[in-house]
Parts: sequence; C-alpha cells; structure tokens
Amino acid sequence: MKAVVWQGPSKVDVQEVPDPKLLNPRDAIIKVSSTAICGSDLHLYDGYIPTFMPGDIFGHEFMGEVVELGPEARERRPDLQVGDRVIVPFPIACGACTPCQRGLTSLCENSNPNAGEAEKVMGHSPSGIFGYSHMLGGYPGGQAEYARVPFADVGPFKVDEDLSDDQVLFLTDVLPTGWMAADMCDIQSGDVVAVWGAGPVGQFACLAAQIMGAAKVIVIDRVPERLAMAAEHTGAHPLNYENTSVLKELRELTAGRGPDRVIDAVGMEAHTDVTAIHAYDKTKQVAKLSTERPHALREAILSVANGGTVSIVGVYGGLVDKFPIGSLMNRSVTVRTGQAHVHRYLPDLYRRIRSGEIDPTFIISHHLPLADAAHGFDIFKHKEQECTKVVLKP
Amino acid sequence: MKSTQNPERATGRLVRGLGVASLGLGVPMLLRPGSVARLAGVDDSASAPGVIRAVGARELVHAAACLVGPQRSVWTRVAGDALDLALLGHAMKTRRAERTGLRGWGKRGQGERLTRVNLATAAVAGIAAVDLYAAVRTARAQHGKGRPGPLSLEASTTVNRPPDEVFAFWRDLGNLPSFMLHLESVTTQGDGTSHWVAKGPAGKKVSWDAEITSQETGRRLAWRSLKGATVANSGTVHFAPAPGDRGTEVRVVLHYDVPGGRVGRAVARLFGEEPEQQVRDDLRRFKQVMETGSVVRTEILPHGTEAKRQFLQGPAQPNDKQPNDKQPNEHASNEGSSR
Repeated sequence: MKAVVWQGPSKVDVQEVPDPKLLNPRDAIIKVSSTAICGSDLHLYDGYIPTFMPGDIFGHEFMGEVVELGPEARERRPDLQVGDRVIVPFPIACGACTPCQRGLTSLCENSNPNAGEAEKVMGHSPSGIFGYSHMLGGYPGGQAEYARVPFADVGPFKVDEDLSDDQVLFLTDVLPTGWMAADMCDIQSGDVVAVWGAGPVGQFACLAAQIMGAAKVIVIDRVPERLAMAAEHTGAHPLNYENTSVLKELRELTAGRGPDRVIDAVGMEAHTDVTAIHAYDKTKQVAKLSTERPHALREAILSVANGGTVSIVGVYGGLVDKFPIGSLMNRSVTVRTGQAHVHRYLPDLYRRIRSGEIDPTFIISHHLPLADAAHGFDIFKHKEQECTKVVLKP
Repeated sequence: MKSTQNPERATGRLVRGLGVASLGLGVPMLLRPGSVARLAGVDDSASAPGVIRAVGARELVHAAACLVGPQRSVWTRVAGDALDLALLGHAMKTRRAERTGLRGWGKRGQGERLTRVNLATAAVAGIAAVDLYAAVRTARAQHGKGRPGPLSLEASTTVNRPPDEVFAFWRDLGNLPSFMLHLESVTTQGDGTSHWVAKGPAGKKVSWDAEITSQETGRRLAWRSLKGATVANSGTVHFAPAPGDRGTEVRVVLHYDVPGGRVGRAVARLFGEEPEQQVRDDLRRFKQVMETGSVVRTEILPHGTEAKRQFLQGPAQPNDKQPNDKQPNEHASNEGSSR
C-alpha cells in the first residue's frame, strides 16, 4: 500500500510499504477514505518530537471503511461489521483501565507498549497515539491506504452515510481538541476568552468558547486569512500580533483585567514578533537545549486575569525554558492541559454536527490526493496558498 | 496507607535505621567511654570503660551488618541487647547493694547512679523491643532465609481488577509466560513443584524446578527455585486492594543469582538487558493481559516489549516478517487471522 513516510526534517515521501496485518485479536483494519494533516504533524515534520524516526508513517486524523476485524473485536462489539464507515479517535484507548473508565482516554494505561520510553521523558506515559513517535507506541499512522486500529471495539465511531467525510473527519482530533480547550476553561457568563493560534484547533476553540457562552472571544495570530476566518465563522475578535502589542491590546480590550480564560492552541513552535526572543528560543530548540519555543504560552500566562485559567492544548514534547512560574503562582492562576480525550466528546459533537449546529468544513482549504502529501506538508507549514487544512484522499 | 507499602521494603528500612542507631551508639562508646559510663550510672566501676569500649566495638559490627548485610542481621542486635541487659542488671544489683550497705558517705551519689542505671536499662529494654520486632519481621519476610543471590529487583503496578482475580491468574503458574517474555513455559507437576523453561542468552534454554514457599489467597505468593537450578532464584508477589476503587496493587520482589552476579548484570546491561526494566515491562504486560485480554503489540514491537528490542526498533510501518518467536499464550488466541 502507499503511505506518507517521514524521511527526516522537512522531508516526506509517499512510499510503497507492506499492508498492515492484524496483530492483536481486538484489532481492525481500516481502508482509509480521508485523512488530514494536523498542525501537530508539523512538529514531527520539523523533527522536534523525540523518538519520531525516519521511516515512520504519519497520520492520526483518519477515517474509512472497516475491511477486517479480529475475532475478539467481533465478539466484544457485535454491532461493528466489516463494511462499516467509521472515524478513528487519535488516542488509542483500551476501555478497561481506570483512566479509560473515567473518560480520560488519552491517558489509557495499556495502549502504549513502549511506555518505558515515555516514562524516561515524562515520568509517566500517556496513551499510545497513531503515527506520533516511538515513545507514544510506534503505531504506523493513518496517512496511508490502510491502517491497523487496535481496540476496535472501543475506538472506531460509526457515522451515517448521509454525512460527508469532510463533515465528520475532524471529529478524530481537531474538533474535540478545540472543544476540550474551551471545556477546560469552565467558562462563566461574562468571561472573556483569548485564544492563541488561529489554526484549525484555534478556530474550533473559538467556536466552542462562543457556544459555551463566552462574552467575548479574542483570537491571536499573524496570518490575515486565518484571523478573518475566525472572525467570520466564530465571531472572534481578531488580533494580529505583527501589528500590535498583544499584552497591551488585551489590557485595553478588557479594561485592564486581562482575559479570564486563555487558550494555547499553538504549542512548541510558536513565532513571535519580538525577533530577539524568537532567535533565542529557536537557537535553543535547534541546538536541542530545549524542545520547545513557548512564546505563545508565556504570553498567555502573562496576560490572563488574576484567578483565571490557562488551558493548554498546543502540543509540547519535553522541556521548556524561561517559564513564568512566578506569574502563575502569585496570581492564583489555574493551568489545565491534555491531549484531547476524544472518545468522551465524540457522541455530543457528532450530534451537534448531525443537527447542523456545527459545520466544521469551513477550515478546509485543500483536498489533495495522498500522493501529493509532500506538497501538502510544504504549503501547510509555510501557510502558502492560504492553506489552513489539508485533507488527503488515498 | 498500609496498602501502599511493600512489607519487605519497610522491614529493610527499619533494619537500616537500626544500623544507623548502632553507629550512633558505637562511636561515642569507643571515643568517650567515660562520659557514657557517667550517663549510664556506672562511672564508679574501674572495669566500666573497658567494657563500654568493647560494647562500642560490638555496636559497630551490628551497624556494618545491618547497613550492608542481609535483613536478618538485625538478630545480632537482639543478641547484643540481651548481653547489655545482663550487664545493666549486674550494675543495678551492685548499686542497690552499695546503697543499702554503705549508709553514710556517698549515699547520695550512689542513689543518683542507681537512677541512671534504671533509666539506661529502661532505654535498652525499649530498643530491644524494637530490635525484636524488626527481627521477627525479617523472619516473616517470605524468603529471607533462602535468598539465593545478590540481585534484588522490585517493580509494581496497579491492575484494575479485584485482588482475588489478579491473584488467581498469577497463581496459575502456566499463565506466567503470557506476560514474562523470557519464560517459555511453566508446567505444574504432581508433587506441588513446577518446571520452568526460560530463554537464556544466545538462544540457550535454561530450565529449573521451583516450589511455592508460601501463599495467602488474594494477598501474597512466594516461590523459590529448588536445588540444582542454573540460576537460583526466588520471588514474592504482594497483592493489596488499591485505594479508591482502582483495583489491585501488585508488587513484585525478585531475587536471583545471575551468572557473574553484579558483574554479570553490568555486562547484561551493555547488551540492553536491564533487569529492573524487564520486570517493569513484564508487569506492564501483566496489566495488559488482565485488563485487555492480551499483550498489546505494535508494528515496531510485534512481540510486546523486550528491553533489547527497544534499542533496535525499526520504523513504525507494517512489515512482512511474521513474528517468528513464540506467541505468548493469549487469553483468547486466534490472532493474526488472514484477511
């Protein structure tokens, strides 16, 4: 089969690799119909996630048709059949461990057989994730013609035929991730919410904050068409950090209080208009002295109102430098984080799409054949051709 | 929080603590026997400094034994306590006799001395009680006596299943190879012993017989290899209910005598065989089997995790090579069916 394979920093290739086989009795094989490039794939693409190796297959946002089911998957979930059309949550969850049973599926204790490696870096291991480094399980990703899906009785979510791939594909990651970012903010009436990053996750975080009753949502980015998209589809107030001082502007907009809830939808490769800080972070990151460039996070922390909440869904891989812990501690700021517990949010978000309340297709800028994945990565990374989201068709 | 302590580790800490106490007593006894004699109310005795120095030297032996020796060394302290109590008893008797016999001069001094002797005796008796408690605990430690080698490994996990079920799965020794990757098979024999076959270095098979040395359903299981084993080994698994309805806490303590002892372990480490990591990985697979029904595999680890494979992981792609190693006995097998 064909698959999108990493070759090294900024190098991807579509290669012929063997077809996946069932390895566990609860596995399924999915014939992929649509798969998307995620902003967090760019961290892998650029080589900043430890233990992502040349030869690894990308992709944790994918959906398709069940073509094969292991015997135990059939036994445990009789309603799932070969031929069913499903979306696949990006965290792999067993459904039986304590975190899974408590709805914290991105912390599944059984889906990462390489947990020992993650423990060395993070102390404890989160769940395994498709196509997201060896320390998160070493699972081949879904940017391919076929994918093996473990715990098929738990993960795959059946979707109705009358909904298009584009309507439901983002339920695998970016929509629940943006939703959870806002959910963790525990938004109260009158709250002002600021979102760093107007990529797909940031767009959906703005949308979710709006739906959850925020008095005002502010979105911060530097790409004009992304800011315009957020303003149009989520009603967020756009703030371009290349034209203004973010901290000063946020003070102004909130009459000095600062936003009550701030969301980091950027992660480890933030840009900043302050050239010196950017150069400092970038140098440390390239020299592997720090895995992150946390400028958006620093700014979010400094700007949040006293007693406010910092919600982090942008992906970080390791260690951060110059972290404003004093600002957090002295001002009673709450920090909430996590890879999205997709399984928990799926039924509710699916209903909202079904009813027409949410139409997530507005983020798509490009449909490309799988064979053009390298081009897709390139324009997505450099924000060329107004690229906001690439959907690949195998 | 009783359930969160490994009983053997707690005993070990207690024994080491007593070793430090011995050190703290022994040094002043050797260096300042006069002060110690005054404190103990025996500074009137000409032989006291000599005896105290001897006791001090003995305390240092206790300290060395308890700090670096096996846990059961704490019994030497119990013996020392008996000796000390005998000496103090003698001193007490002398002080009493002197107080009644020599009315007049020195009466007040002797009275004070008697008080100090009494206090010292009470203190030693208290310490003796702690020593005895520790000693009895080491005797209760499941294989304190037959501990075969210098290597001791510990690992623990929490399994989201009730203790009785977790215990029962482990107690059925034939299940062990389903999550312990170095084991090929464990067969229970009629006489209560079991036959173990493991993969040794360079594909060589190693086998031995073992017996269950103690068990308490749902709480503890201990075993030991019988005479003639190439690698003498023993182990204990402690099971305890996890707080907050989280299932069962499983703690494993293994002792074994690898060829070459500590040097052997260092060499094994060079080849990617980190024993402690192996035990942790075994427990991780145990949890997977208990909670999900089988060992979880990925394309880079088609057999589950093996320490040495972690250094040699290929890319995360499907590959054509069938797992050529043993298939762990899954709960429900039938895997790898063709499309």
